[in-house]
Formats: sequence, C-alpha cells, structure tokens
Amino acid sequence: MSIEVKGVNKNFGDFVALEDIDLHIPTGRLTALLGPSGGGKSTLLRIIAGLETADTGTVTIEGVEATHLPARKRNVGFVFQHYAAFKHMTVAKNVAFGLEIRKRPKAEVRKRVEELLELVHLSQFAHRLPSQLSGGQRQRMALARALAVEPNVLLLDEPFGALDAKVRKELRDWLRRLHDEVHVTTVLVTHDQEEALEVADQIVVINDGRVEQIGTPDELYDRPANDFVMSFLGPVTTLGGQLVRPHDIDLSDDDKVAGSVPGVITRMVRIGFEVRLHVRTDTDPDVHVTMTRTHARGLETGAKVWLVPTKGALTVPALDSPEPAAAG
Amino acid sequence: MESGIDWELVRTSLWPIVKYALIGTVPLTLASFAAGLVLAMAVALARLSRVKVLSGLGRAYVSVIRGTPLLVQLFVIFFGLPSIGVRLDPWPSAIIAFSLNVGGYAAEIIRAAILSVPKGQWEAAHMIGMSNRLALRRIILPQAARVSVPPLSNTFISLVKDTSLASLILVTELFRRAQEIAAFSQEFLVLYVEAAVVYWVLCLFLSVGQSALEGRLDRYVAH
Repeated sequence: MSIEVKGVNKNFGDFVALEDIDLHIPTGRLTALLGPSGGGKSTLLRIIAGLETADTGTVTIEGVEATHLPARKRNVGFVFQHYAAFKHMTVAKNVAFGLEIRKRPKAEVRKRVEELLELVHLSQFAHRLPSQLSGGQRQRMALARALAVEPNVLLLDEPFGALDAKVRKELRDWLRRLHDEVHVTTVLVTHDQEEALEVADQIVVINDGRVEQIGTPDELYDRPANDFVMSFLGPVTTLGGQLVRPHDIDLSDDDKVAGSVPGVITRMVRIGFEVRLHVRTDTDPDVHVTMTRTHARGLETGAKVWLVPTKGALTVPALDSPEPAAAG
Repeated sequence: MESGIDWELVRTSLWPIVKYALIGTVPLTLASFAAGLVLAMAVALARLSRVKVLSGLGRAYVSVIRGTPLLVQLFVIFFGLPSIGVRLDPWPSAIIAFSLNVGGYAAEIIRAAILSVPKGQWEAAHMIGMSNRLALRRIILPQAARVSVPPLSNTFISLVKDTSLASLILVTELFRRAQEIAAFSQEFLVLYVEAAVVYWVLCLFLSVGQSALEGRLDRYVAH
C-alpha cells in the first residue's frame, strides 16, 4: 500500500523531464516534491495522477497497478495551482459534482457536501459562484472538491503558488492541520523550501529530472546529500572551499581559533534583529555571515576579522568554487 | 413626372411584406440556423478529433463551404441536383443550402470556443471521474457557450439577410413578396426600401436578444 513509482522516464522532445525515477510514498503521510521550476516535480505528480503518461516505468497506487489507467479511474484527488474551478457552478455544486456522477443518493451527497464545506470553512459561501470568492477561498473549494470523492491519494500541484504571501502561510498551516484530521496520503509539489519544511513528513528533492535526496525535513536540513540539496534548503555561503550556512560562521577579531581565515568586512546590512555581513577573504571574495544585532555590536565596515565555521556546523564541499589546492 | 412618395402604396404593401417576413423569412432562418448549429457542432468535434480522417473531413467541409458563394451553393442544390435525379422543392433546397452554409461558418466558431476553455477544466473534470463526453457536455460546452454567443449572433444576423437569396429559387419570402409588388406597381424604390427596413427591424430584435443572452451567460466567464 502507498504510491510506488518505478523506473519512470519522461522526455518532451529532446528535453529530459524525468530520468529513472524510483520513489516510495508512504500511506497516510504528507510528502513534498521539492525543487526548482522546470526540475520535473510537476511532471512526476501529473504522471501519478494520470494526466501525463510516462515513456517507461510503472506507477502503483495503493496496490493497484495504475500505469495504464486513465486519470478518472485512479481515484485520485487533484488540486491545481490555478484552482480550475468550474466557473458556471456554485461552490456546493463544484464539490457535489464528483459524487453526483457516481450516482450517490441525493441525501448522502447533500450531507457530504455540507461536511466538506464545513471542513474547508466555506459553509456560508455554498451558493456563491467561484468568481465571487477570493483566491484562497477558491483553492479551499478546489480542495473540498478533490476530497469529495474520497480519493486514495490527494495530489496538490503548487496549490498556494498563485496566492499572496500572507494567505499562502495561512493555508499552509491549515493544510497541515487538515491532514492531521483526514490522514489521506498526500503529495504536495512546491518550489518553496520553507513550505516543504513546514508541512511535510517526508521531502523528495527533485532537480534536473532526478531525485537528489529523500528524507524527513530534519534529515535533509542536517544531512544534505550534496551541495545542491544544502543550498536549496536554505542560504549558504562558501568559506575555504566549503559550503556552510551563514549563521554557522563564528567571527572574531583575532586569529586565536585554529583554522580561522582572515578577511575584511566590506558591507553590513541590518534587517530587523539580524545583521548580514559581507567579508572578503584571500580565497573567497564575498563570504556571507549572519548574526543577531547583539553579536554584531562593535563591528564596522573595513574592520579586519577572522572567520571559522562554528564547531560541529554542517559543511559540504563546494563543487563549483575552486579549491585552493586545485587552483592552476 | 410625379416624384412624391406614394404613401398609400407604402401602407397597403407593408402588411403583405411583413406577413412574408413572418411566414417566410423567419421560419426559413430559424430552421436553417437550428439545423446548421447541429451540423456545426458535429463538424467542430470532428475537426477537434484525434482521428485524422475525421479532422480531415471536417477541414475539407469548412474549406468548401467558406470557399464558395452561397448563391452558387443554392443553385447547385436547386438547379443542379435534378440533373442527377435529385429533385427538391424550393423550401427544402433553401433550408439544406443555408444549413450547410451556417454549418461551415459556425463550426469554426464552436471549435474556437471549445479551445478557449482552459485545458485545466478538462483535467479537473477527468480528475473527479468524468469521461470525455460528460466533461464536454457539463463542463466545457456551458463555458464555451458564452464565448461563442457574439460570433454566432453575427452568423445568425447574416443568415436573416442571406435568406433573401432564396427568392432566386422561387421561395416566397419577404424579398420575393416585395419584388412581386414592385413589379406590379412599378414603384421599385419604395418597395425595396420598405423591404430593407423590415430586414433591419428583424435584425434589431436579434441584437436585443443577443444582449439578453450574453447577460444570462455572463456568469460563466466572470473571473
């Protein structure tokens, strides 16, 4: 049980969208497919849904071999980035439609629609048209519509991508709480690492049509498999040929710490409680260091400082930056 | 030479002309448009079909209809077909010619309207379990309807005026009646202007109807 993707390849002409994807998506969990735009994550989601067909490979959904099943027979709920609301039907009708075509008794349909609209907080909008709803409300309606048919699997394709930042954050919290109530196997496609880290039980990082790493948010953040995963999950900077997070760099005004690298502060930017320093060293022209305002007291542009990764901090060899030893 | 307008003639000829508008032009238009729309829907779906033969046939049909004059189509059916043994009365000939003509033009309008509905609507319909046929009927066509009303109204209004060509194959309708009275009274200007005014009034009613229909369907396209 769960979703099994085996050996999936997909090309669009010369463009390789997906290359040899093997993936296990556990039942009842919320899995995020995370990666940059054009990396193949939406294509993978659409292959699971049956909206695209893989060139090779198989998809099994809850034990049913689904590779050649049409989308409408997979019992999958799908939420689109741009809502795809049925504009000519009321909110209640949008939600009810999937049940009506399954010939469920009228009373049952009405009851289920009421429950779902309650769940997505749209009860008072039941008789409005989608055009009378805000973007966030439309997306909640789309979610109720997808859940109405009691799908085995719920697939969300950048569901909050078209919403403004505040609504996006609200809906993200709400989706997580909803999932804790409903427990349907859910796959969420997003390019927003914060969104994935916040809501997902498991994250699959996809880039250039390949799976870079699979793991829990903590595993990915603390033990990234490579420089790509590390830099995609949060800010990084290069110090002495190593990728390191800017808040994991210690800064002092002398060279007492072994291995510290001398440099000069070229720029200081304060954003609220945080101070961002740009430091020029012999090997790296622009090292970023972030610290709280308290720690930055007494520092100024032009000051000479020594930098070293914090003890125990995560570092990953930087592939793109020239190692001092390999120079020339 | 008397050059004033013969108002008595205007008065006495108005009812015969209006009468043949009501029992000639209007039913001819309605029947041809209805049959033409059914045909247009079939041709539009054929053109959108993935089956090459179907889409090819649809394309050929549209090309022939749009590439030849309506008057010639009318003459081929009424005067031409008897040579191969197909003898049709004026009315059926006119209805067949006009519906074939409307079918060709409206097919392109319907095809474009269907294509104007975002692909996501099809996908969303499939995802909640609808077949292609059901999605087309319940999701796509209601939304395409609003888009197609203005261009289809154009076709309809053109058709009202085009039915005057039926007078040339002996269908007694508005214009033929006006011609008959004109030939008898020799007052060509009065009668033909009168006929023109009646056509114009008919089309005016249609424009009002179009606005009302658009208003009703507007909710389908509101964002």
